Amino acid sequence: MGKITNEELLTSIKAKFEADVTEVSEPFGLLTFEISREKIIELLTFLKTDPKLQFIYLTDITAIHYPEREKPIGVIYHLHSLVNNVRVCIKVFVADGDVHMPTATVLWNGANWMERETYDFFGVVFDGHPDLRRILNVDDMTVFPMRKEYPLEDPNRVDKRDYFFGR
Amino acid sequence: MKTHLLLDDNDPQTELSTLNLGPTHPATHGVFQNVLQLDGERIVSGVSTIGYIHRAFEKIAEHRPFYQITPLTDRMNYCSSPINNMGWHMTVEKLLGIQTPKRVDYMRIIIMELARIADHLICNSVLGVDTGATAGFFYVMEYREAIYEIYEEICGSRLTTNIGRIGGFERNFNHIAFAKLRKFLKDFPPVLKEFEALLTRNRIFIDRTRDVAAVTPEDALSYSWSGPILRATGVDYDVRAMEPYCSYGDLEFEVPVGSNGDVYNRFLVRNAEMWQSLRMIEQSLAKIEKEPSDIFHADVPEFYLPPKEEVYNNMEALIYHFKIVMGEIDTPRTEVYHAVEGGNGELGFYLVNDGGRSPYRLHFRRPSFINYSMYAPMSRGMLLSDAIINMSSLNIIAGELDA
Repeated sequence: MGKITNEELLTSIKAKFEADVTEVSEPFGLLTFEISREKIIELLTFLKTDPKLQFIYLTDITAIHYPEREKPIGVIYHLHSLVNNVRVCIKVFVADGDVHMPTATVLWNGANWMERETYDFFGVVFDGHPDLRRILNVDDMTVFPMRKEYPLEDPNRVDKRDYFFGR
Repeated sequence: MKTHLLLDDNDPQTELSTLNLGPTHPATHGVFQNVLQLDGERIVSGVSTIGYIHRAFEKIAEHRPFYQITPLTDRMNYCSSPINNMGWHMTVEKLLGIQTPKRVDYMRIIIMELARIADHLICNSVLGVDTGATAGFFYVMEYREAIYEIYEEICGSRLTTNIGRIGGFERNFNHIAFAKLRKFLKDFPPVLKEFEALLTRNRIFIDRTRDVAAVTPEDALSYSWSGPILRATGVDYDVRAMEPYCSYGDLEFEVPVGSNGDVYNRFLVRNAEMWQSLRMIEQSLAKIEKEPSDIFHADVPEFYLPPKEEVYNNMEALIYHFKIVMGEIDTPRTEVYHAVEGGNGELGFYLVNDGGRSPYRLHFRRPSFINYSMYAPMSRGMLLSDAIINMSSLNIIAGELDA
């Protein structure tokens, strides 16, 4: 089967989720957009089960932290339609005090460890996950280390300060 | 997948024992733990614990300029580190809009396919060791050594290579490298043939691997498997064929697929892939000869790290060197996802850039991490000895698992 274009894909998605799809962009040809937390499982189910699109392959789940934004934590899904050979990137942003997401393990078993990793590093709580525990860090850790409030730079290194470079 | 065994708790005849397989056990291919509940030798349930060598690469990457991230990628899948290196460089090239010359692409294909052969050689020969046949392992080790010698000729190091630069290679392949490569291409195929003959028709090997840990394509896709273990189930997903990067589209090759996704099929698929890799190297070598012999990097002085002798003698090179090393290069504020076919499957780099000296966020999609998530569920109902073989057939690399 031939590759479907991003325009066709976006038209199919917008036909069902018109008002919910925002911030559409195409960095290096990868269709990327945002959607609300309430609609994400519905969207993933649609993408996976639609006979034309067939995004049957969950490539990855990860997250990102923008501390200055109103909704700082973004959960990022990468899906791949192996039949049409097209990828899509979906983002969901949630507020800091309410870092809950519905789990994608209802659709893919592989989401289990990806969501555990996302929880471990960003503290995103995936509601309905069968076994939401830390995966790479120690169990008694109290912070979510990939958030931006935990900087890594060695405090004794003065040669790399921004003001030396006019930044 | 086999179903979960249900045992009656009140049955006095039933007594389960708990076995800690790992964290450091000769049969686990790295540092990770599986707590197994056994009924005799049959596994009733298991829990995997990973993260023993977690080194926070994604966090460290947020504080390093692009070049300094290369050594982090080496240390993920250390059996095929050049693929990781080049995957990372290609991600940055995609971000910066750098078009590499054809000769660089073919040089990269040669190195990446050599790395794949080294990776598959280890995996398949260790699978032999786990079933009790050490001869194959000792036999093919010499040829992994030959591959490492080629790396050494090109970049000076063997295991964690740091091979290549953004835009191409640090130096051209010299005539010794080409000579070693040609010698390898001449010597290796008969050995690979013999190695295959040693195991593929071996009664004991077949009995130990056929129908062991068989996975359906549906399960494999549901667990987001990729690479040889996914192809062993019959799904022909290969990043090189589906989204050709680095001029793979110019080459003729086939994607070997298996039929029933068991350990034996995974072994066969890896073997067949080594033959395809040899084919690709031969073709790339032939194509290189038609290209100008002095080109080994793209003409992008603002991103390509200049050679040291130029830095000492040329002011422009010194300035660029300083700007690149200190992270003073201008980069677009955007994001990029780039995937390459690693030794174990789709190795993806998700890079969000804010124009600063380091990535704002860098995520590695590590195939071992994703492939291994199925290990505990699929071990249920399996014999302990089969679970060991299953683990080596998945080619788990602890560095890639934990990152």
